[in-house]
Amino acid sequence: MFERKRIVITGIGLTAPNGNNLNDFRNALLSGKSGVEKFETRYMGQVVAGTCDFDALKYQNKRELRRGTRAGSIAIYCANEAVGDAKIDMTSVDRSRIGIYVGTTEHGNVETENEIYNISKYGYDTQFWTHHHNPRTVSNNPAGEVTLNLDIKGPHYCIGAACAAGNLGLVQGYQMLQLEEVDCAIAGGVSESIHTFGIFAGFKSQVALGTHELPEKVSRPFDADRNGIVVSEGGCLYILETLAHAQQRGADKIYGEIVGYANNSDAVDFVLPDADTQAVCMQKALDFAGLQAQDIDILNAHATSTPMGDQQEAKAINKIFAASDNTFVNNTKGHIGHAMGAAGALELAGNLPSFQDNVIHPFLNLDNLDPECEVRNIVSPDPLKRVPIRYIMNNSFGMLGINSCLIVKKFEK
Amino acid sequence: MTRAEVRQAILNIIEELVPDEDLSNIDDKEKIRDQIELDSMDFLDIIMELRKRYGINVPEDDYPNFITLEGCMDYLAPILKDR
Repeated sequence: MFERKRIVITGIGLTAPNGNNLNDFRNALLSGKSGVEKFETRYMGQVVAGTCDFDALKYQNKRELRRGTRAGSIAIYCANEAVGDAKIDMTSVDRSRIGIYVGTTEHGNVETENEIYNISKYGYDTQFWTHHHNPRTVSNNPAGEVTLNLDIKGPHYCIGAACAAGNLGLVQGYQMLQLEEVDCAIAGGVSESIHTFGIFAGFKSQVALGTHELPEKVSRPFDADRNGIVVSEGGCLYILETLAHAQQRGADKIYGEIVGYANNSDAVDFVLPDADTQAVCMQKALDFAGLQAQDIDILNAHATSTPMGDQQEAKAINKIFAASDNTFVNNTKGHIGHAMGAAGALELAGNLPSFQDNVIHPFLNLDNLDPECEVRNIVSPDPLKRVPIRYIMNNSFGMLGINSCLIVKKFEK
Repeated sequence: MTRAEVRQAILNIIEELVPDEDLSNIDDKEKIRDQIELDSMDFLDIIMELRKRYGINVPEDDYPNFITLEGCMDYLAPILKDR
């Protein structure tokens, strides 16, 4: 077994439905501010979604915006923000030693739907199909657009991992740093999925699309009246480096250190999650990090506000954490909906400031806890002050039974 | 369409492709791609817009006509004269 390098987070760039930088996002989570609103979508009329309002022209011009995709635009925004946050001087760094690893739930649906709609106006004559289609829909597009924007010559690709993709983008970056493939990884996840009507229609047909009179109340993980998810767009990309590299270039902040992860598969069902395998995943992550359940201070539940999914995860959490009086459980999807490929990455970011301010943000819309979702130390409805906070566990699970779990530690020299 | 209207129709298309560029001083006789940042994909966008807006199908062999604005006008004016 080779000796693992210490891998740290030195920059964060994000856009969430309730904030376009870490400070705003964090404040929104602490103050219970939702980013879910009414949203118009083709063929389905009005639904609700988490939409992002970051300035897409901050790092792209109009031509670039027109040429690329929304996922690319989100990735470019987040990557630039992260690079700026980490104070990486792109003019002096070796850009062939930067890698880009972006988790996505899906890619290509938005562009394909748009083009089919476009040619429908011309009697489905494929002469009207755009020549931009292929470069827009290849699965590496979101990561590739970042290389074009930042003139990065290192490796880039997307990691397709359903709703576990945000965690897995980070894992990929971590692994590539261990292998010394790159000196710096821009890693995380993005989602443009709200711009495809198909995802809403699919969830609706599955009877998994949430409803409520008020948009901001639709997403209500663990609540007894939850009835489905909210689809959201968003993005969160991190700068990951070895500790040695961060120190050598004089990085002035370290948000945390990645100390463990696990990734496994239920092998049970296309859609329904399996509590037993999720529990194995959490245990594996603990084992990797050399920790006990008791050591985890914050556990961010994946919980998407579906009746079955939340219940299975609660069961899994209880298998591992029932005996821990130190583990406080929170959730982010009540505030921002389900940001798909960005979810895991955004949800981790929402908790990282807890290492500094010792406050744990609460669930949102948990008005009436479902007894089937009862776990110890749920943080709701108010933020909780807790000292110390040293370890965060971040759960992300997805369709086809994909499970991921990431553990981040407060940085200590 | 008059020759001047054809010229404007082409510039309208190019304007949408490169909204950040200033087209007011474009020289009709110089290569378009020496004056404005347009790549081969943008060029195909021009061809596509001609198809969408005017129903014109430009065969690939005729693409060299579109190197200068004057070339575009020479090619399109006869086709568009009755529009």
